[in-house]
Amino acid sequence: MSGFWHWVVIGITVAMMVGALWLLLANARGKQGSADTGHVWDDDLREYNNPLPRWWLNLFLITVIFGAAYLIFYPGLGNFAGRLGWSSQKQMQGDLDAYHAQRDRQFAAFHDLDVAALAADQKAVALGRGVFLNNCAGCHGADAHGALGFPNLSDKDWLYGGTPEAIVASITNGRGGTMPPFNGAIDAATVDALVRYVSHWNDPKLDPAVRERAQKQFAITCAACHGPDGHGNPLLGAPNLTDDIWLHGGTRERIRETILFGRHSQMPAHEKILTPDEIRVVAAYVYSLSQTDAKP
Amino acid sequence: MSTSDVAVPHYHDRVVRQFSIMTVVWGLVGMTVGVFIAAELLWPALNMDVPWLTYSHLRPLHTNAVIFAFGGSGLFATSYWVVQRTCRAPLFLPKLAAFTFWGWQVVILAAAITLPLGMTQGKEYAELEWPIDLLIAVVWVAYAVVFFGTIAKRTVSHIYVANWFYGSFIIAVAVLHIVNSAAIPISLTKSYSLYGGAVDAMVQWWYGHNAVGFFLTAGFLGMMYYFVPKQAGRPIYSYRLSVVHFWALISVYMWAGPHHLMYTALPDWAQSLGMVFSLILLAPSWGGMINGIMTLSGAWHKLRDDPILKFLIVSLSFYGMSTFEGPMMSIKTVNALSHYTDWTIGHVHSGALGWVAMITFGSIYALIPKLWNKPAMYSVPAINLHFWLATIGTVLYIVAMWIAGVMQGLMWRATEADGSLTYSFIESLKATYPFYAMRLAGGAIYLTGMLVMVWNVWKTIGPASEPQAVAAAEARA
Repeated sequence: MSGFWHWVVIGITVAMMVGALWLLLANARGKQGSADTGHVWDDDLREYNNPLPRWWLNLFLITVIFGAAYLIFYPGLGNFAGRLGWSSQKQMQGDLDAYHAQRDRQFAAFHDLDVAALAADQKAVALGRGVFLNNCAGCHGADAHGALGFPNLSDKDWLYGGTPEAIVASITNGRGGTMPPFNGAIDAATVDALVRYVSHWNDPKLDPAVRERAQKQFAITCAACHGPDGHGNPLLGAPNLTDDIWLHGGTRERIRETILFGRHSQMPAHEKILTPDEIRVVAAYVYSLSQTDAKP
Repeated sequence: MSTSDVAVPHYHDRVVRQFSIMTVVWGLVGMTVGVFIAAELLWPALNMDVPWLTYSHLRPLHTNAVIFAFGGSGLFATSYWVVQRTCRAPLFLPKLAAFTFWGWQVVILAAAITLPLGMTQGKEYAELEWPIDLLIAVVWVAYAVVFFGTIAKRTVSHIYVANWFYGSFIIAVAVLHIVNSAAIPISLTKSYSLYGGAVDAMVQWWYGHNAVGFFLTAGFLGMMYYFVPKQAGRPIYSYRLSVVHFWALISVYMWAGPHHLMYTALPDWAQSLGMVFSLILLAPSWGGMINGIMTLSGAWHKLRDDPILKFLIVSLSFYGMSTFEGPMMSIKTVNALSHYTDWTIGHVHSGALGWVAMITFGSIYALIPKLWNKPAMYSVPAINLHFWLATIGTVLYIVAMWIAGVMQGLMWRATEADGSLTYSFIESLKATYPFYAMRLAGGAIYLTGMLVMVWNVWKTIGPASEPQAVAAAEARA
């Protein structure tokens, strides 16, 4: 704030406080039980002129004095920072530093262990669950079962691979999965065939003519990412189309929508949000989920 | 009114009667919407997937209806009554006063249509879009002309204390409304604020807190300063106290807005000043409570038999309680816990249900028999019943919100040993459900009291009521 406004703020603040004190002290005298002021309104409205209750007067004075003292110690009077040097930003930084120190102490014990070993350590897994609930559960769910568009992390199906290294890479750098739209590029009848083929991959009852038409198109537009056999490609994050797991829904309507309009999924990078230790510990928690048959 | 006293001029009470009736009507409407949205928090399916029945659309309708329709009509009615009696002069420009009635009702109807449709400026308690804002400004200036014109025409030399408060309320609300609603329209139903960023937030809460300070406090203190001594038949406790707390109140309130923006992008110095002056506001607020309650000293026994007086005095107790709570909540460390929780909602309602609505009930009960020349309200026990329903409803409501608010604040800040949050937001919401139910019960009880009032008013002045004690006072016009 410029020097002018600095002094304006100080001037008004001080004037307010001095004015309040003057108002109080100028009216502090008065005798108890004094007669009314002699004014009468509306036939019977009168006023006594009792003195200000002493306790009330003191309460008022205390709040003004406290306010003045507060403004000496804390920022308030324009650019004057206050004797204590407090600011809300410093307070936040202090809280954050204390939190980071506490966190680092917690993670120190797991500093040298690799993800597979951490996944076998109950304390590390519990700690990882905390990181997960605070950072991952928003999309993947508190139970890691995922949601439409957000993969289930508790099964053995992985878009980008389920090794500890792949999980750490997904968390650290994020992932961007894009299915391009084919609206207009493929004629309607062929899209119909593709939808039926993809949703009934291994169904022998599928009309052979439909299967043939779909397979021909699949080889041209889909196999490059999803593989000629439809098993997907973890290097691209292209999902396996032959199983019963559907990231964006497995109904014919959803599959048609995916083919016509494409999909774009984004897992954000966490390298600037979490420390490397936090990433390894939360990766261990996620890894542990797929290492047992029991669901959490 | 006394026809024998030649010094008494002919007062214009038609507009007072109109506003009194609408106070009761809008009270019923606004509180019904409040109970409905409280039920929606418990059972969200109640919105029946109709967009304009959703919580987000009806919540501003509730706040606008209770503050500006119910509270506003109560303030218009009582101020027009009080300023004529205490100035011993008829209303200045009575046709303009009639315009303020119809204009204000159009504003309310426009709000009741546009808010559920989702037309909003997005500023709390200032949601209405610019064409309605313009009408409010015109009505308000007309109100000021009528009120101050009547004061200028007064035939008694001193201006009664109630009129200081009504006058400051009228002037301050005009300034607040015009500054905060300044916006650039892009169509008939959409506009953008003239201010940006933290400045916009500061202007909004300068408005927002002074809407509390002047609309919901100074205005209703005006009501208090007339109806408490009138109903108690006692002189005001202290003229000196009224001078000190009036000037302190209206000057200090102007500073309190930043306490709505603690730990935000608002600069620290502004936050500190907001907190300091909110604390200094405690004593000036209590000055009004002391002056009202002490007016009854020497006549405490009247509280036993007069439920109207009970309404007035208990409203002052709630006023004292919420004006103690407010400064405490403005302290940064307390605010860090209370902000964004239901504690704030509880605080607002201890003021709104306990103070604003109760002083209005008391005043309207006192006013209605006089306005229609009846000896008294149809049923005094019904006033008493209303009083107890209102008191119990308020207490249930605010206790529920206190517990819910403190619990939410503690749950949100609870952390594990590694610093991660203990609870997800949804867990705190789940824990709040029992208190949402308790709040709904409190609100429903309060609304039941309002229904008792509607019945009592209907029985007093409706077509089947007792014939007028003094027939056709209007005929003298």
